[in-house]
Amino acid sequence: MTPRRTLADREDVLGGVMLTPALAYVILLVGVPFVLAIVLSFSDATAGSLRFGWAGVRNYAAILADPIFLRALRNTAVVTIGSQLLVVVLATAAAQVFRATFRGKRFARFVLLLPWAVPVSLAAIAWTWIFDSTFSVINWTLKAAGLLHGWLYWLGEPALALLAIIIVQAWRIFPFATVIVLAGLSSIPQEIVEAAIVDGAGFWRRLFQVELPLLLPVVTVAVLFGVVYTATDLGVVYILTGGGPANTTHVLPTLAFQRGILGADLGQGAAIAVFLLPFLIVVAFAMLRLARRAEVGA
Amino acid sequence: MKRVALYAAALGFVVFAGFPFYWMLVTTFKQNRDLYVGASDLSHIPWIFNDPPTLEHVKLLFGQTDFPRWVLNTLLVVAAVVVITVAVAVPAGYSLARLAGRWGERMGMGIFFTYLIPPTLLFVPFSRLVSLLGLQNSLASLILIYPTMTIPFCTWLVMGFLRSVPWEIEEQAMIDGYSRLAVILKVAPRLIVPGILTVVVFTFTLVMQEFVYALTFISSVEKMTVSLGVPIALVRGDVYHWGALMAAALFTSIPLAVVYNLFIDRFIQGFTMGAVKG
Repeated sequence: MTPRRTLADREDVLGGVMLTPALAYVILLVGVPFVLAIVLSFSDATAGSLRFGWAGVRNYAAILADPIFLRALRNTAVVTIGSQLLVVVLATAAAQVFRATFRGKRFARFVLLLPWAVPVSLAAIAWTWIFDSTFSVINWTLKAAGLLHGWLYWLGEPALALLAIIIVQAWRIFPFATVIVLAGLSSIPQEIVEAAIVDGAGFWRRLFQVELPLLLPVVTVAVLFGVVYTATDLGVVYILTGGGPANTTHVLPTLAFQRGILGADLGQGAAIAVFLLPFLIVVAFAMLRLARRAEVGA
Repeated sequence: MKRVALYAAALGFVVFAGFPFYWMLVTTFKQNRDLYVGASDLSHIPWIFNDPPTLEHVKLLFGQTDFPRWVLNTLLVVAAVVVITVAVAVPAGYSLARLAGRWGERMGMGIFFTYLIPPTLLFVPFSRLVSLLGLQNSLASLILIYPTMTIPFCTWLVMGFLRSVPWEIEEQAMIDGYSRLAVILKVAPRLIVPGILTVVVFTFTLVMQEFVYALTFISSVEKMTVSLGVPIALVRGDVYHWGALMAAALFTSIPLAVVYNLFIDRFIQGFTMGAVKG
């Protein structure tokens, strides 16, 4: 029997037709804007007019000489690293708890996932209320417990505001990381854990010498997504502090928004956003390495 | 003893994760005179209802603000983006899993990586693109741009989903005389339904959560979505209507969380593909 080679049987043609819309979308509306983001950073484009002039490295020179930008760059690194350290600790601990069976686990899991499901902007507005300078329930509780004698202006002092931002970012991302680590835990071969128990390894020994090393790839995935979500997040800082007080808590996305959209200086906004790229490139490389290792291991 | 530690730890995580939602709940139903008592007054316990609960803030939210309008806008955008995403990502995922041969995996990875390019890197060029197209301050701008976030992830989800669906059913249909195209049109859709459902839910949650593009493109209050309008436009002047604000946050979060809970495992499979085998 000779195979029919009509168009309806050509896998390459069908595959191409079915893939084209997705490729077109990704190339036209992600690829092109991505290139445009970099081109714009070398231009003097403004939001008001469609004029487009070459500005060389002037935007970069301007922001690199700007203490507000340097502070935003530092804040982005501090918030990302600080919150992700918290996330790793919280998520590995929470995963140890949630792998066990206990009463009310379904409800506990539901609550645990709330921070990840809620829209960032709505979570941020709730935290703004929690950190309110007059009505902060945190201050009340600390005072009632006798731990606080003065007053904490959470969003009014740069260091405290940064701490508040780190707490909110960690709160928002650790549930997601927990679920990823749980998925990793369930894929650890039970024989390995049992062998460790037979060999007399206690809980901590098992955790640090058997499970955590095996979990490393999964924890890395969680952290990588966490880095992307935190470093590139606009909503939390925009709503919580708006970059204030006195531009001390800006991160790259909020500063890019302030200069590029509110200030209509597209060129400078784009140049500021471009500084997110190092974060993303590190993440992309790490993920590729992980994926390759998984392929080799499979 | 070990059980006690376990319950204590579980309680700790529940309190940390859930406390802002408890705070939303309490704020939503508190009377103003119970709500606005300075935190330095230690005799007034803010954690409980000191006065009877009230529906005042909820009535304000639904009767005198644009919140119902924002809900409608959001649902409209959700519906349009779901249609676009399913129409584009499902065939693409199928193509990569079943038709593209050994290049499928690589290409899928490439498409997935574009999901990592964040809105905060693209909003500057998009603001120009959107005004060039004359779409500024319209829901159409969101409908056009949101699929840039949903298509990469959903293509990847569908591809991963199909790898877990045995090939034999489609193979058998071809042996029975179906053309390759007929298999795709008549047999495959039934197999992909659970995958499509995941795509729909993911798109729904992402559109509900998105803030950056909405903030960039939309300026008038009556065009806003929930996640933009509530934090930006519900606060008028200097007066924060915290009761109504928290009511809006609460009523939006809870349904979203319920849906999320049902599908979280599928999403996580999408994120960990490669790092977790199984």
